[in-house]
Amino acid sequence: MAKFFAVTIIIIAILSAIPVLRHTWDMPEDISTHGSLIDEQMTETMIEAGIAFLAAQFLLAIFIWKFSNQSPDAKIKKFPGGAKALVIAALLVVGIEVLALGVFGVKAWANVYLTPPAADAMPIQVQAGQFAFYFRYPGPDGKFGAIHPELSNEGTQNYFGLDPEHDPASRDDIVAAEMAIPVNKEIHLLMHAKDVGHSFFVRELRVQQDFVPGLDVSLHFTATKIGKYEIVCTQLCGLGHYNMKAYLNVLSQQDFDDWIKKEQAMQ
Amino acid sequence: MHDVSAPAVHHHAPPTSFIRKHVFSLDHKVIGKQYYALALVAALCGMLLSWMMRIHLAWTNAAIPGLQLLSPNGAPGGVMTPEYYLQLMTMHGTIMVFFVLTTAPFAAFGNFFLPIQVGAEDMPFPRFNMMSFWVTFTAFIVLMASFFVGDGPTLGGWTQYAPLNSVGSVGGPGQGLGVILWMASIGLFCVGQLLGSLNFITTTLDLRVKGMSLMRLPLSAWAWFITSCMGLTAFAVLMPACILVILDHVAGTSFFVPSGTVMNDQLLPHSGGSTLLWQHLFWFFGHPEVYIAIVPGIGIVTHILITNMRRPLLSQRVIIYSMGALAILSYMVYGHHMFVSGMNPISALAFSFPTLVITIPATIIVLIQVFSLYGSKLRINSASLFSLGFISMFVSGGVSGFFLAQPSIDIMLHGTYFVVGHFHMVMGVAAMFGIFAGTYFWFPKMAGRMMNETLGKIHFWLSFVGAYCIFMPFHYLGMAGNVRRYSSFVDDFLQPLLPVHQWITVAALLTGGAQLIFVYNLIHSRFWGAPAPDNPWEATSLEWSTATPPPFDNFGGKHPVVYHDPYQYGVKSSVGDYVMQTSPEQVVTEHEEK
Repeated sequence: MAKFFAVTIIIIAILSAIPVLRHTWDMPEDISTHGSLIDEQMTETMIEAGIAFLAAQFLLAIFIWKFSNQSPDAKIKKFPGGAKALVIAALLVVGIEVLALGVFGVKAWANVYLTPPAADAMPIQVQAGQFAFYFRYPGPDGKFGAIHPELSNEGTQNYFGLDPEHDPASRDDIVAAEMAIPVNKEIHLLMHAKDVGHSFFVRELRVQQDFVPGLDVSLHFTATKIGKYEIVCTQLCGLGHYNMKAYLNVLSQQDFDDWIKKEQAMQ
Repeated sequence: MHDVSAPAVHHHAPPTSFIRKHVFSLDHKVIGKQYYALALVAALCGMLLSWMMRIHLAWTNAAIPGLQLLSPNGAPGGVMTPEYYLQLMTMHGTIMVFFVLTTAPFAAFGNFFLPIQVGAEDMPFPRFNMMSFWVTFTAFIVLMASFFVGDGPTLGGWTQYAPLNSVGSVGGPGQGLGVILWMASIGLFCVGQLLGSLNFITTTLDLRVKGMSLMRLPLSAWAWFITSCMGLTAFAVLMPACILVILDHVAGTSFFVPSGTVMNDQLLPHSGGSTLLWQHLFWFFGHPEVYIAIVPGIGIVTHILITNMRRPLLSQRVIIYSMGALAILSYMVYGHHMFVSGMNPISALAFSFPTLVITIPATIIVLIQVFSLYGSKLRINSASLFSLGFISMFVSGGVSGFFLAQPSIDIMLHGTYFVVGHFHMVMGVAAMFGIFAGTYFWFPKMAGRMMNETLGKIHFWLSFVGAYCIFMPFHYLGMAGNVRRYSSFVDDFLQPLLPVHQWITVAALLTGGAQLIFVYNLIHSRFWGAPAPDNPWEATSLEWSTATPPPFDNFGGKHPVVYHDPYQYGVKSSVGDYVMQTSPEQVVTEHEEK
C-alpha cells in the first residue's frame, strides 16, 4: 500500500504540473506597458514554486516507498547532517528565493503604484455602484465637476450627482457606460465608490484595484493594443456582483476623438 | 508544576446526574467530545452547502430537490437565485472556518488530550471550560438561525467587508438581521475561544506534573499551547469589531460607513466611518486564524507520524521554534490580504516581506517531517496515511502562497479562484486531514473502541485523490482570471472555463460522498468497534499510559511522573522499541535532544 501511495503522489504531482507547463489556462496576452514585468515575475515565481512543489512531493514519495513496512529487525538510520543541515538549507535556499522574489517584485509593483502619472495623462473618472460602472470624462474645460452625493439619481441619469446648474465645471462633463481610451496614451483613472466596495479588474491590462468608499484612489496605465476588453468587479458587492461589468474599448486616436464627439453630442 | 507530595485530589467531584455527566459537564474529556460532535455536525452542514453551491456553479439552472423547502424565495422551484448562492457561500465559509477548522483540531482534541498529555486531572477553570463550549454552541445556533429569519443569512462572504456589512437591509437580502445574527454569532464564538485559550495556556504552564518540563511536552501539546496564545490575541480583536458593526446597525453609529454613501438613490445618514478599518481589524484576526486552524494540525500529524515512524524527529525543538515563528509572523503578514484594497501601496511592500519570510519556518517544518522519514520504520495505517497526506496538501497549498505573497502578482490573482484553491488546500484540506489523522489515532482512547482500518484506508484514498481533483483546478481557473464569489459565469471570458467547473463539481460530489464512509465508520465503531487496548499504537506520551477510556480524573487518583522526552522510539526496552514517558526504565538512546 505504501508503494502505491508513493506512486500516487508522483502521478498527482506530474499531472498537476502538466497544465502549467502547457499553458492551458494562462492569462490572456498583456496589452499594457507595465504588464510584462508582472508576467516575468509570475513566470519566475512559477519556476521556483514548481521546483519546490515537485521536489517536496517526490522526496515524500521516495521516502514513503523506501522506508515503510521495514522488518522489525531493521535499524533506525538518521539522515546524515541531521536537522542542522536542513535548517541551514531552508534558510539559504528559501531565504535567497524569498529575497530575490521580494526585491525583483518591488519593481513591478512600483511601476504601477509608486510612480506618479505623466503630466499629460488623460484623466478619466470611474464610479462603481451596485451593480454598474460609469465613466466620466472632464470635457473641453479639462475639469471634473464636483460630486454631490445627495443629487445622485439613477432615475434622472445623474449617476455621479452633478450640479450643472450651479457648477460650471460639470456642464461639459461626459458620462458614459463604457470606457473608451486611445491606444498608447497614458490614462489616469480616478476611482470613486458610490455605495459599497467594488473592484476594477481588466485581465489583459494587468490591472486590479478596489474602490474604497469614502476614499478616492487612482491608477495609471497605458494600453498598447486596440480591442474590446471586459472590465469586471472582483469585490463582493451584493446580489448582482456576478453580473457587474463594463467594456474597455481601446481605440486609435482618430476613433477615440470621433467617439468622444459623439458622446458629447448625446449628453 | 504540581507538588507531587500532595495527594491527588480532583478539584471537582465526579458528576452523578445525567445532565452533569453528559450535557453541562465540567470534565474536559466530555467537553472535548462535545466540541468534536459540534464540529462534525457543522462540517456536514458546510459540506452540504458546498455541494449545492458547486451544482449551481456548474449547472446554473439546475433545480436542487428540496432546496425550496429551506428557502422558498431563495430557491423557487429548487433553483438558486444569485443572492441565495451568496448567502449559502457565506454560511459555508463561516461554518467551516469557525465551527470546523477552529473547533475540531484545537478545541476538541486539545480539550480532550492537553490535560492528559501534561499529566493534569482537568483544566484549571472547568466552569470556564464548560462555558466555552456552550457559548460556542449558542454561537452556532445563532448563526444557523439566520437561515430561518427575515430574508435569510447575510450574503457578504465570511470576510464581511465594510460597508456592505453595516449599511443594513438596503445592501441586499440578509444584510439587515442576517448580518446582526452573523456578528452576534461570531462575537459569541470569540468569547468561547477566549475562555478556551485561557484554560489551555494555564493548563500548559501550571498543571504539568513532575518531570514534565516544557521541552518534554509532546508536539501536539506545544501546538495547542501556541494556538491558544494566538487565539487569546486574535479573537480579542475580532469580538469588538463585531460589536462595532452591530452598533452601526442598531445604535446609529458610523464606524464603518463613510459619508456620501448613496444606496437606492438615497444618501445614507452615516458619516465619518472607515471601510479599511474593518479590513485591518478583520485581517489582524483573520491571518492568525489561518494558523489557528493549521498549527494544531502540524502538531497532531507530527505527533502521529513520529509514533508510526518508530523514531524520534530529527529535531523536536526546531519544530517547536518554527511553530512559534509562524505564530509571531502571522500577525505581521495580515496586510497581504489588502494589497489592492486601497491602503498605502508602500505598506503592501512592508507586508509582503514577512509574508515571504513566513515560508522559511513552514519549509523547515516540512523538511524536518519529510527527512525524519529517512531511515525510519514507517507503519502505514489510516492515521499515518492522513498525516502523510497532510504534508502533501500543506506543500501544495503552501507553494501557491509564494504567488499571493507578492503584491505585483496579486494584481492578477487577487479575488480569483487561485486564492480559493490556495486557502482550501493549505488551511481547509490540510487541516481536515489533520482532524482525520487525529480521529483515527485518538478514537480508541476517546471511545474505548478501535475504528475500522479498511474503511479508514478507503476513506483516505478517496479523500486524497478527490481533494487534488477539486482544488488543483481552482488554481488553474484563477490563473485564467476566473473571479471568485460569482454565482454564475456570464462574462464572455469565463464561458470556456465552465467545463473545469463541471469537473470540480463532479469531483466534489464524489469526494464529499466519501466522507460519509468516515461518518459511518465513526458511528459504527463507537458502538460496535473492537475494544481498544490502553496503548494500541505502542506510543509513548501520557495519554497512552492511562486506562482506555481514561477515568474521570485521568490517572485514577495518581499523579504520573515523567522520566523521558516525549518520543523515545527506536530504543530497546522491556516493552519493545519504545519507552513511555512515565516509565522509570532507563534506556540507551542516541536521540535525546539537549
